[in-house]
Amino acid sequence: MKLITHNMLTSKCMKGVTVGYPLKIQAVDVKTTEVDFNPEFISRLIPKVDWNVLCSAAESIGYLEDLPKEVTENYENNVDFLKKAHRVLLEIDIINGELICPETGRKFPINNGIPNMLLNEDEV
Amino acid sequence: MSRPEHLAPPEIFYNEEEAKKYTQNSRIIDIQVQMSERAIELLVLPEDTPCHLLDIGCGSGLSGSVLEEQGHYWCGLDISNSMLDVARDREVEGDLIMSDMGQGCPFRAGIFDGAISISALQWLCNADKTSHNPVQRLHKFFTMLYACLSRSARAVFQFYPENSEQMELVTTQAMKAGFYGGMVIDYPNSAKAKKIFLVLMTGGNMPLPSALGTDENSQGVSYTAAREKAKKMRGKPLKKGRAWIIEKKERRQKQGKESRPNTKYTGRKRSGRF
Repeated sequence: MKLITHNMLTSKCMKGVTVGYPLKIQAVDVKTTEVDFNPEFISRLIPKVDWNVLCSAAESIGYLEDLPKEVTENYENNVDFLKKAHRVLLEIDIINGELICPETGRKFPINNGIPNMLLNEDEV
Repeated sequence: MSRPEHLAPPEIFYNEEEAKKYTQNSRIIDIQVQMSERAIELLVLPEDTPCHLLDIGCGSGLSGSVLEEQGHYWCGLDISNSMLDVARDREVEGDLIMSDMGQGCPFRAGIFDGAISISALQWLCNADKTSHNPVQRLHKFFTMLYACLSRSARAVFQFYPENSEQMELVTTQAMKAGFYGGMVIDYPNSAKAKKIFLVLMTGGNMPLPSALGTDENSQGVSYTAAREKAKKMRGKPLKKGRAWIIEKKERRQKQGKESRPNTKYTGRKRSGRF
């Protein structure tokens, strides 16, 4: 699971959960893969990303590196910034671990890079 | 013909054996790719802009690969573990999530530029467990999907409704969730090529895209035109026309027989007074 997905994933499908965001990450196995850099896509994506959540997620798995704490102004033309954002959003892949719902503490396992968001009958 | 949704719930039906078909059977792959291409066409995405899309029921990621080819980034949902494993092995670019569409889309609001779904929606019309209520599950799915799409985004579902009641059930639930839109049926007169698409829009009511294969020319064999053409090819003018009369006269003259000279009255109808 990439951090872009984590940035958008919530646990609000569960009964009694109102926001369910952000999910905490407990990573066991993290891998980095190279993905083609597409500056246009990244700059379109940045307004939708919750930057604080992205920073704390990257920090919690130890891949913060030199990611700026805030979105810089005029980021569309700042290739250096876009490359850093690209690296954190698309290239870091959590292979095994758990996602934890901030409200109920329910754990969603991540196996083989795929988070299992299936709920039991009594949780819907 | 047996329908897979009658045999077993999706997480059990799409086992390893079934998932294998989606990587090896070239016919299945071709059909899936064609339907994905048509679904993306119906999405009417802005040209040359990489978009962030949701693929509901992504399975082995065949439709996702088509999205990748067109330069989009995608995120896939599926309930079947085996199908997701196949997608993982195919090294698709999109991120995969195991989730049940009837439990909603677990995403923040307004993050996707569009959604596609190929052959998945009909599974929601079935109750596989005693706790399942198709109406409630469809309602939850459509309301949460509406929330996670950006304004002016579209969602296109290709699916196989069992009967007209199912089509109506799905459409009413989508409208209740706030979507505009309706069904686009490609090739409605063909049993094999007929494909049903549910096109949903979030940003106001807009005309639906036109379906393929519905224009009059393709409905039957246009034999009349062909006959006219064949007649002309034989070289003789149509009987009773001026050209036909002049030709007859020429032939008689060549044979040395008597014929009236050609005038402006040749081949004209007599007036009623005669």
